[in-house]
Amino acid sequence: MAARQGSGGRKAFRSPFVPILLGDCASPRYLWRVTELPRLADQNAAVALPEPFVKWFGEKGWSPRAHQIELLAKAQAGQSVLLIAPTGAGKTLAGFLPSLTELAVRPRRKPGQARRGIHTLYISPLKALAVDIERNLGKPVEEIGLPVTIETRTGDTPSHKRQRQKLAPPDILLTTPEQLALLIAAGDARRFFEDLCYVVLDELHSLVTSKRGHLLALGLARLRSFVPDLQMIGLSATVAEPDELRRWLVSQNPPGDMAELITVTGGAKPEISILDSEERVPWAGHSARYATPEIYREIKRHKTTLLFVNTRSQAELLFQELWRVNEDTLPIALHHGSLDVAQRRRVEKAMGDNALRAIVATSTLDLGIDWGDVDLVVHVGAPKGASRLAQRIGRANHRMDEPSKAILIPANRFEVLECRAALDANYLGAQDTPPLVNGGLDVLAQHVLGCACGAPFRADDLYEEVRTAAPYAGLDRPTFDRVVDFVATGGYALKNYERYARIRLNKDGLWRVSNPRVAQQYRLNVGTIIEVPALNVRYVKAGSKGAASHGGRVLGKIEEAFLETLTHGDTFMFAGKVLRFEGIRENECFVSNAPGSDAKVPYYGGGKFPLSTYLAEQVRIMLDDPRRWKKLPEQVADWLRYQADKSMLPKRDDLLIETFPRGNRHYLVAYPFEGRLAHQTLGMLLTRRLDRAGARPLGFVATDYALAIWSLGDMGAMFKARKPSLGALFDQDMLGDDLEAWLADSWLLKRTFRNCALISGLIEKRHPGQEKSGRQLTVSTDLIYDVLRSHEPDHILLQATRADAATGLLDVSRLADMLSRIQGRIMHKALEQISPLAVPIMLEIGKMPVNGEADETLLMDAATLVEEAMGPGMVDE
Amino acid sequence: MNFSLARASLIAEADLVGIAGERAVCDPRGVLYFPEFRLLAVSDLHLEKGSSLARRGTLIPPYDTGATLLRLQAVIADYQPSVVISLGDSFHDGGGAGRMHSSFRERLEALMAGRDWFWVAGNHDPEAPADLPGETVRELAIGSLLFRHEPSKVRVEGEISGHLHPCARIVQQGRSVRRRCFAGDGGRMIMPAFGAYTGSLNVLDRAYAGLFRLETLMAYMLGNQRTFAISGSMLRPG
Repeated sequence: MAARQGSGGRKAFRSPFVPILLGDCASPRYLWRVTELPRLADQNAAVALPEPFVKWFGEKGWSPRAHQIELLAKAQAGQSVLLIAPTGAGKTLAGFLPSLTELAVRPRRKPGQARRGIHTLYISPLKALAVDIERNLGKPVEEIGLPVTIETRTGDTPSHKRQRQKLAPPDILLTTPEQLALLIAAGDARRFFEDLCYVVLDELHSLVTSKRGHLLALGLARLRSFVPDLQMIGLSATVAEPDELRRWLVSQNPPGDMAELITVTGGAKPEISILDSEERVPWAGHSARYATPEIYREIKRHKTTLLFVNTRSQAELLFQELWRVNEDTLPIALHHGSLDVAQRRRVEKAMGDNALRAIVATSTLDLGIDWGDVDLVVHVGAPKGASRLAQRIGRANHRMDEPSKAILIPANRFEVLECRAALDANYLGAQDTPPLVNGGLDVLAQHVLGCACGAPFRADDLYEEVRTAAPYAGLDRPTFDRVVDFVATGGYALKNYERYARIRLNKDGLWRVSNPRVAQQYRLNVGTIIEVPALNVRYVKAGSKGAASHGGRVLGKIEEAFLETLTHGDTFMFAGKVLRFEGIRENECFVSNAPGSDAKVPYYGGGKFPLSTYLAEQVRIMLDDPRRWKKLPEQVADWLRYQADKSMLPKRDDLLIETFPRGNRHYLVAYPFEGRLAHQTLGMLLTRRLDRAGARPLGFVATDYALAIWSLGDMGAMFKARKPSLGALFDQDMLGDDLEAWLADSWLLKRTFRNCALISGLIEKRHPGQEKSGRQLTVSTDLIYDVLRSHEPDHILLQATRADAATGLLDVSRLADMLSRIQGRIMHKALEQISPLAVPIMLEIGKMPVNGEADETLLMDAATLVEEAMGPGMVDE
Repeated sequence: MNFSLARASLIAEADLVGIAGERAVCDPRGVLYFPEFRLLAVSDLHLEKGSSLARRGTLIPPYDTGATLLRLQAVIADYQPSVVISLGDSFHDGGGAGRMHSSFRERLEALMAGRDWFWVAGNHDPEAPADLPGETVRELAIGSLLFRHEPSKVRVEGEISGHLHPCARIVQQGRSVRRRCFAGDGGRMIMPAFGAYTGSLNVLDRAYAGLFRLETLMAYMLGNQRTFAISGSMLRPG
């Protein structure tokens, strides 16, 4: 029988398949039931599982699961499929089954016959995942005895192996989105991919939400243009809007077309609890230090514990604290993205060998890599999103029939509320993955240049091709043309760079790269991951200036911005040690060991993830419903009751604003629960308005839950007199001129511009080894931004920057939703003193850098110090 | 006019900086003005840096020359100097003057008209700029001052130079502020780079080793409205 119906004759061949009717699948011989029957679209479709597979399953005492068979059936019918399943459901095997079964029966290549190209391309967001899959897939392939070659191609693959892969491609190539972009930009791309049948996209839910996803979507559109009946198989964890992913997988010509969907529900419900500590839960802070002994007790009780935290600094602190109480010297390790690679690999290996009892990790271990037997997940700090929590908890016990076990450790009282809300959400199966956004124009620019590096293109064709990718389905032609113009000459109104064009339109109507150097340059800069400028951290002897002692070991990398605030002798935590800052030399930061001392400089870079909209709403609902407080620890419930008594609790859809005097300052505390980014933007805009109204604001701090502004003027009295009214202060029009004016100079926008400039290829990324070019030779993107903004404010890159900022660092879209929600629903409580709910954010004042345009003030302070210390005579000799 | 009044107030006694006995204003826009000589010094314009990089495939916006000239125009309008010294690296490369858009060339020539204009040779532009008026010199002595592009290793009192693009950094209340600056020790002065695309190098970098008397080193950091005199002991590397 034909392997695929309706997929054209290309893959029709005779095969010794043993047909299984899905109707028969209920028999235990063939099917391992999950917890409920999957929806089977075409119950009677025939599925062909080759004999060796049936035998293999039999020998193992297994049966293919319903969704594996269903996916195979749909794939054999020529369709693209999205498989949504929880961890442990056998997603990987399901994704590869169509490829493996097809390769199993493919006729052998006769001598003299042309070498066949890649049959299946597997793309994962993580290098490590690709390596892991190679190992996991290799096993069944070997056991079944399939004549299938599997290889990885990542940034770590040596160049001789890459060259060999080009000449003798493996049947299955496991790679990352960046490598796909590179393969497409090669001159032999079309030939390399001409035999491609399947693309398997792993962890699709995490790929699609970023600019990496945009680049990948464009890459897939290119592959579809090489192989029109290419089939996509997407593997994803549960998401809020599966249809978005279904569209993402297939060509959007015709618009709205979707891949087939298979959903596996169920799996055992995880056992999640919130630590009900005997200790006092702190008002503020993120360390959860109070719970260390209790966490340690749990580690001792379990085989292997995975401890997740939200930031690198939290990981450092927790690791340090655990070792402080580690009387039994249990093997407890640390893993985060800033550590030296060799160090990370050692930890990963030890984990694979089950040699560790606990690992403290940040998001680097987030995605579905199977390592060892984890039987407990501890989540320290609030999870920030229900989906993220589900994902992380899925790491324990990778078998769907056994419940995962997890404990949440809130670091402060608001986090208790957040954990409770997340926990309820997890049981409800609620999902809060962010909605997909339109494709970035900077990413498109990179792709256009990449296409030109591969082969000359016709603008009309490329435009049609790009629009088949879901993120770019709505792209209009003029914008596309401006992007092409940008790639060619920078797209400036002042046509100065025609002679330096990177791509040129030839008489034949084709765009070509001007010279081979352009392609070379492109290859070095491919990708959308922008690294924050960071310095190597290197050990030296205490007290040395570094000049004489180069020999120390590199511990990892730290962001330049953090190091800039340190002064010689400051101590801080990194790589599980307390270190003393000795100085900076070129691209290295020198540190010495400072055992026994406390880290003086706290580093809380803020949570990496803002509170999700969904979870924020859940927290507001909980606050509004005293019946639900019963589920909270007594001390936290007491706190809320006390608040109700002294002030009031915010209603579900209201915004509570408290004002009170303290010391010689006046404070405004607002509780929008919209996440730190949106609050920061709100704080910037409100202080501008309050300044205009004469309140003389001095500064503000923002957390995920609240915003506090302090001023010299009595804001409470001003609101009472309606000068201004709170309604006017929080009016949506602040997102107009105020936002524009503030944005213009904001470092936030400059940082966003930098990313766009790097991704679009306007300037080159810095590479190791080129660091020494020195500050004075590189053109900083801040300077370019200033010049471009004043001379060509409508430039396509500024347009891309503003679009990014709205959804990214500024979270303007979320702020806009909030402002419209609270119209007419602002509750003002003028208090004589601080309220219980305000305590946490008031404690943050002084710990977090104060936001505001205060650079000039700081300079003034420093200059005044000089005058005070030396007298004015110093200045004039 | 209010604006010129503000300028005049900038030349208040306290804002004057002494260099080898001569007095100068460190203007926050990055130029040095000597009222006694009606002399304006500006350093490291790096005109046509954008097009210089574009030649090598980095197509950054071609507006740097325009932006730099606009700022130069503003300070010249304020001080109305009779002598202008461009302290080297006026063009990012030898071909820069030749590549300059005609509208920019006209603007520059208008600025130069009616005053003595000296192009000090820099390492980026050792030759005289093509087809532009003004006199090209290696160095220039006026009063007790000596103007040259690169600061000399051997100490010269009264030397005004550029080349190193100094900036300074302080940390106050856990926040780091980095600004371009004039760096001086009372005897010599290194000027900040003026060009729109010019970067900067911390005055505590090795490149400055031995140039200043550290005990009297001051960084005049450029603020939005004024310069801030910061003592060397408060500065941070990086």
